[in-house]
Amino acid sequence: MTWTLIVLVLLALVIWGFYISWRASRLDRLHNRVEAARTALDLAMVRRSSSAYELASSGLLDPASSLLLADAVRRVKEAGQADRDLAESDLTRALRATLGEPGLRAELEGRESAKELLEEVDAAAHQLFIARKFYNDVAARTMDARRRPLVRVFRLAGNAPQPEFFEMDDSIGDTATLS
Amino acid sequence: MRIGIACPYSWDVPGGVQQHVRDLAEALIDLGHDVSVIAPADDDKPLPAYVVPAGKAMPVPYNGSVARLAFGPISVARVRRWVKEGNFDVLHVHEPTVPSLSLLACWVASGPIVATVHTAMRRSRVLLATQPVMRSALEKIDGRIAVSEAARTTLVEHLGGDAVLIPNGVSTRRYRHANPLTGWPGEGGAIGFLGRMDEPRKGLAVLLRAFEILAPEREKLRLLIAGPGDGDEQSHRLPPQIRNRALFLGEVSEEDKIRVLHSVDIFCSPNTGGESFGIVTAEAMAAGVPIVASDIPAFHQVLRGGSAGELFPVGDPEALAATAARLLDDPARRAELSVAALDAVASYDWEVVARDVVSVYETVVLGRATVEVAQ
Repeated sequence: MTWTLIVLVLLALVIWGFYISWRASRLDRLHNRVEAARTALDLAMVRRSSSAYELASSGLLDPASSLLLADAVRRVKEAGQADRDLAESDLTRALRATLGEPGLRAELEGRESAKELLEEVDAAAHQLFIARKFYNDVAARTMDARRRPLVRVFRLAGNAPQPEFFEMDDSIGDTATLS
Repeated sequence: MRIGIACPYSWDVPGGVQQHVRDLAEALIDLGHDVSVIAPADDDKPLPAYVVPAGKAMPVPYNGSVARLAFGPISVARVRRWVKEGNFDVLHVHEPTVPSLSLLACWVASGPIVATVHTAMRRSRVLLATQPVMRSALEKIDGRIAVSEAARTTLVEHLGGDAVLIPNGVSTRRYRHANPLTGWPGEGGAIGFLGRMDEPRKGLAVLLRAFEILAPEREKLRLLIAGPGDGDEQSHRLPPQIRNRALFLGEVSEEDKIRVLHSVDIFCSPNTGGESFGIVTAEAMAAGVPIVASDIPAFHQVLRGGSAGELFPVGDPEALAATAARLLDDPARRAELSVAALDAVASYDWEVVARDVVSVYETVVLGRATVEVAQ
């Protein structure tokens, strides 16, 4: 009788252990996905700022527009972890302001290099928009998973850093119509 | 001379550069020159006859804040047309390193070009100036003017070359007449102060302490204080029984600033340092108010060593109180100082400054064709 009970309890404990380890590995997978999404987001930001810099130094824009873009890109490069979102948002606004200027498209019409550069900036901005959406999505799910009582009690998240949302102004606005 | 001036910032937004361009243009017109200013401005807003609007300025992040600037193909087209139709002998651009009309004007024009640098530039902006597109525009500048020693130093250090120092002028005419604020200065006398209340080097604390010394014996003496800062906080530095005799106006409009100057018997500049010229003191002199100022080099110079205004030892409230008391009791001396101040400030008038600027123009146009649209 007591043996049966002991076996049953042990069995229950083993099943419980398996369940917890399954939960832990699921959380681990989420953390890996956050990291991957973050890398994709970083790459998208780098792609956007280098395409903006290329456009700024192409000599196709007037010097005032070029300077505004180059200044915004330089600020992105100099920004630290804490003010990166602000610098990236400013680059978005600088792109919107310069490429959204009326007459710009007509001015660059028929110049093959201009078309390529504008398309690249636009594609990079689109990619950034998508990458940020995906990153914030998986970050939200990971945060949600980390809030579960079981995860908190057994510290299943281990040393994995708590993901944070990346908030910035990445609305493409007028530049979307330029490609 | 036909002079084309490019202003990078919105005409309808108040600012130091716009004010400078306006005063310079009007002084040049008074000297008999033909002046056209291009500036970002709405087409439908009323503008002085000499201003050509280049369209609305766009808010855009630049150099760490949001600035209203003009750029893009439409601005370029308007600047080009302005240069073409203007047939200028000389083109004068202000702040050419700001991404706006001045830079565009340098870019589209060829011929004699003069540039005025207003602010001390930070290194970051200068690094950008080495970009090819910027360099080709800035290389066309024949003569550089700096409005302050700080602006000149940064320009020389970072861009190389040299610049002529021509400081801002004082539009003495604008300060000469105004109606005092209602009830001021009053029979008991009034002392005035203009400037940032919470900037220690402006020396408001010295004046408040001196007022504390004067107040018990002069029951109707009052203080009139205007400038950015928290007036309530400052008034609590005075003993409660005399607080109601000090009026803290906070920041005032240009128009009210002139009225403040005409509302007091004595204007006090208690600065403890940091002034390179003392524009506020010069403006008070232009209003003809007797001045009591601390004996820092800038005031010593503008007040002609004390003959155009009383000087007191820097940061000494007792000395300030004694000097002010003597002046308050001596209307004849006040009248004398008023005349001397008006006379002294005349050498800082825009007309004098504009003549200096014209001699820069004359130097760069020698043997040159007029300004044209670059090919």
